[in-house]
Amino acid sequence: MTQTIIDTANHLAGYAAKAARVKVIAAYPITPQTTVVEKIADFVETGKMDAEYIRVESEHSAMVACISAAAAGVRTFTATSAHGLALMHEALHWASGSRLPIVMAVVNRAMGAPWSIWPDLSDSLSQRDTGWIQFYCADNQEVFDTIIQAYKLCEDERVFLPAMVCLEGFILSHTYAPAKIPDQGAIDSFLPEYRSGWVLDVNHPYSHANLVAPEWYMEFRYMIQEAMENAKRLIPEIDREYGKLSGFEYGGLIEKYKCEDADLIVFTMGTMGSDAKLAVDKLRKEGLKVGSARVRVYRPFPVEEVKKLVEHAKMLTTIDRHISFGMEGFLASEIKASLFNQKDRPLIAGFIAGLGGRDVTSETIEKIVKKSQKCMHIGRVEKETEWIDLRE
Amino acid sequence: MTSPLKTRKEMPITPLSCPTVGSMGKTGFWRIFRPEINYSKCTRCALCWVYCPDAAITRQEDDSPKIDYDYCKGCGICANECPTKAITMQREEE
Repeated sequence: MTQTIIDTANHLAGYAAKAARVKVIAAYPITPQTTVVEKIADFVETGKMDAEYIRVESEHSAMVACISAAAAGVRTFTATSAHGLALMHEALHWASGSRLPIVMAVVNRAMGAPWSIWPDLSDSLSQRDTGWIQFYCADNQEVFDTIIQAYKLCEDERVFLPAMVCLEGFILSHTYAPAKIPDQGAIDSFLPEYRSGWVLDVNHPYSHANLVAPEWYMEFRYMIQEAMENAKRLIPEIDREYGKLSGFEYGGLIEKYKCEDADLIVFTMGTMGSDAKLAVDKLRKEGLKVGSARVRVYRPFPVEEVKKLVEHAKMLTTIDRHISFGMEGFLASEIKASLFNQKDRPLIAGFIAGLGGRDVTSETIEKIVKKSQKCMHIGRVEKETEWIDLRE
Repeated sequence: MTSPLKTRKEMPITPLSCPTVGSMGKTGFWRIFRPEINYSKCTRCALCWVYCPDAAITRQEDDSPKIDYDYCKGCGICANECPTKAITMQREEE
């Protein structure tokens, strides 16, 4: 029976690990992630979850323990934030290169220095090239649902890659909201027993991720790229299939809102996508044909879908809760890169907002859209990247 | 060494190596010091067998260790671990 609860996104991530029948959790606490693994520790300790809980001395070890457990043939889970994720960086490559379907919740937190515990996406976006699939969630329900979907995707033989399920610290992590947990039997039928491309076996010993000479290395990289392309095809299918059992669908790779007839489309990631929808409704009342596109999957990046989505748009706005110093926000770069070879492409104005947890409300987004509207009218973008609400 | 694989389609998704004896050739000639077992002092504790990083020590039927000099590189870990000093390192002759 579907259960409706009121809880935080972090606790829902814990519920999702339990519902996915994860067998090994290796974790190290870090704000704002800690309550994810606290919830799981509680489940394991009180016998509600049949799993091995490994307390490790660092995030690097947490990932390595997950790699080992996944290689031994069980479903694994961990969670981290910011500097913990940065410390894991090396092991992230070992996980994807070994093609192990590990799922990790990343509770987004800004990177120091200076210290911050508040959210932006710079921690997980810095892990862009590690070969991990990256999902970004907009609400508590989506966190739960995406973790279940991520296991289904990662354990598909056409993929066999690890995935991060990202959620912004505090905006989601510690915020209570109602959510529905589907019936365990329905989840079990959606998500069968753990599957991976290979399993260690003491009776037929072998070692993995060994030295590969230049004649073969490129092919292993190519296979990861191929798996990413496969994931791009599978994510919308899995989202629809899961939607049938849960009642919630997220648009697959991109959550689109009133984009069909839009002259101007606002691209966001994470929780800003929810505020963007409010802004769209308000601006539509004022007569502006605007739509919202929330990029839910950042790796693989939905290049083809972006191309198709903006065919009739005149102006695109990207809002990044991230900055690649010396360039612009990644979302802006990726959208521009996706469209470069298109014959007729809209103008693109990039905005940086909400770094280190600065509030981005629907009013902020309205302001950004109105600035973009001016670019649309004059037919050019004078400032590639504009920082919003900056103390000048 | 040559690989039997010719195309990407035949490859596994990640490299997996099955253990084989001496896949890199006989490495015993690297040795400068040679471990020698004094079987009268050996208690069959098998610590040398556990610690040998090259799996160059095997256990015989009576559980006594035997060193495979084709692959022992002479690192001396067995001699260091042996609790009864039954293993000593002797310089190889020219």
